[in-house]
Amino acid sequence: MISLNHYLVLSGILFSIGTAGVFVRKNLITILLSIEIMLNAVNLTFVAVGRYLGTVDGQIITFFVMTVAAAEAAVGLALVIALFRHRETLIPDAFTLLKW
Amino acid sequence: MEQAAFYIFAALAVVASLLVIGLRSPMHSVILLIVSFGALSGLYLLLDAPFTAVTQIIIYAGAIMVLFLFVVMLLNAHTEDDMGGPRISGPAMGVGALLSVLLAAEMLWALQRLGVTGFGPDPGGSASISSVARIGGALFTTHAFAFEVTSILILVAMVGAVVIARREH
Amino acid sequence: MSAIFNQTVLAHFILIFVVFQCLVLSAAFMVWMERKVCAYIQDRVGPNRVGIEGSLQPFADVIKLLFKEELRPKAADALLFTLAPVLSAVAAFAAFSVVPFGNETTLFGLLDQPLRLEVTDVNVAVLVIFAITSMGVYGIVLAGWSSNSKYSLLGGLRSAAQMISYELAYGLSLAAVILLAGSLSLREIVTNQSGYWWHVIPRWYIFLQPLGFLIYMTAGVAETNRAPFDFPEAEQELVAGYHTEYSSMSFAMFFLAEYVNMVTVSAVATSLFLGGWYGPFLPEWLGWVWFLIKVLLILFFYVWMRWTLPRYRYDQLMEFGWKFLLPAAILNLIATAALVIWLG
Repeated sequence: MISLNHYLVLSGILFSIGTAGVFVRKNLITILLSIEIMLNAVNLTFVAVGRYLGTVDGQIITFFVMTVAAAEAAVGLALVIALFRHRETLIPDAFTLLKW
Repeated sequence: MEQAAFYIFAALAVVASLLVIGLRSPMHSVILLIVSFGALSGLYLLLDAPFTAVTQIIIYAGAIMVLFLFVVMLLNAHTEDDMGGPRISGPAMGVGALLSVLLAAEMLWALQRLGVTGFGPDPGGSASISSVARIGGALFTTHAFAFEVTSILILVAMVGAVVIARREH
Repeated sequence: MSAIFNQTVLAHFILIFVVFQCLVLSAAFMVWMERKVCAYIQDRVGPNRVGIEGSLQPFADVIKLLFKEELRPKAADALLFTLAPVLSAVAAFAAFSVVPFGNETTLFGLLDQPLRLEVTDVNVAVLVIFAITSMGVYGIVLAGWSSNSKYSLLGGLRSAAQMISYELAYGLSLAAVILLAGSLSLREIVTNQSGYWWHVIPRWYIFLQPLGFLIYMTAGVAETNRAPFDFPEAEQELVAGYHTEYSSMSFAMFFLAEYVNMVTVSAVATSLFLGGWYGPFLPEWLGWVWFLIKVLLILFFYVWMRWTLPRYRYDQLMEFGWKFLLPAAILNLIATAALVIWLG
């Protein structure tokens, strides 16, 4: 029997994979992709718990999360394009001019 | 049958996500993330959420990933190795990976204290209106304000993305 | 194990097989029809050597393509290069899986339970078609990128940008029909169109949504990269398009995908606007004949349009999609919503 626990465990694993991606990777686009993985893990949690509680609210919040993720991906990628134009590189460590 | 489907989709999602953060070429990462989204869509179907499953494909796999693909192709995004530039040292990356593993372990420990909780009967199965009708009903009455604010958010993001990525003349 | 040999399951498998074969044959038929119609529009005869009136010409073309050498550029990404035409073809075929083409039939009492003439029917069928159509963009984009050639890349990008731009008007015209029907299931939308007004005019949605039908057909033509919106393909004549590096069967798969996409768009238009399998004079169980006739009519319009209209330039194409078609689709949706509320 697949219980709520199974879905929560899967969601936790996916979330930590996304976190690892943000920490470890040195490419701006891959970091954005890892953020999308994290958002998807959260979506899965919402839908699973919504199904468990018998309401439709889980799916509604998922709808909003997807929309916000789309907006965030659009603006994030626009920033990546603008940054790339200046430095010709996608490594986040190249943009550390303001560090002391 | 349902168990097999869950494990297949779950394994596909986890393996695809691991490859997304593991592979060198961003193009391959984007393709594998699309596969991962497809697997998650299958999991939503198992959770009696057909509308969420299809919207996941339409929005995530069909629109957001196309945007990522366009950016990767237009920027000709290279792998990290042949980019050059300053890099942080190896131990710092190791600490990052260790922190993620600790996060996973902590979540799993917390969840196993929760106890096994089975699902109730399908709430939408015996209802007379379809799941899409129920979502629409709740979305436009209880959550109408959030809906309107989200549409303004998308408008702002659209205008902002066009302005930020515009070429200076 | 005995569940496999259950009669309904077996009948369903045979139905899926028949639908798949019909789609492949329809692509072959489209090749022939296109060349014949093109010829008669241009005041010549067209293929008439192979078979009666050239009807075996598509099979001759396939055999010729099979014998060609399968090339792959050395610097091309091997996995994505082989995957791209597969993606295009799979998306094209999968989108047809929720289209109903006939009423329930028991095959003259051969079956215990009536068999619905469709591969499957989900209660979000319209959204499924929309989702699979948006996945079809990936075949083109990956083909353009993995060929590792500047012309392929630009052709692929332009084609993909065109497809995702027209998806918006496509989706909004679908939304207006969903408002009228009150359901997302294609079978329910078709059954809502049965019957007649005043015993003469059939209750098709094209009479309630003329603008919506035009928007849908225009967006559908742009989605399938057909004339007059086929600039990314016409680049082939001047510069190469996204399938320039492909030869033999991969090339054939792209065109198979294009023709099956045309058939799917026509089938969905028939279900949404033209009343599906309902028609006069024929009994209910022969409804699929009417479905076939309507789909063939729309396909004929497709081919007629290609060989009559000049093609749009790329910036004209994008401007038309964003500045004219999208506002028109939004206005159509608002007007439909207002009328549905006002007339109850």
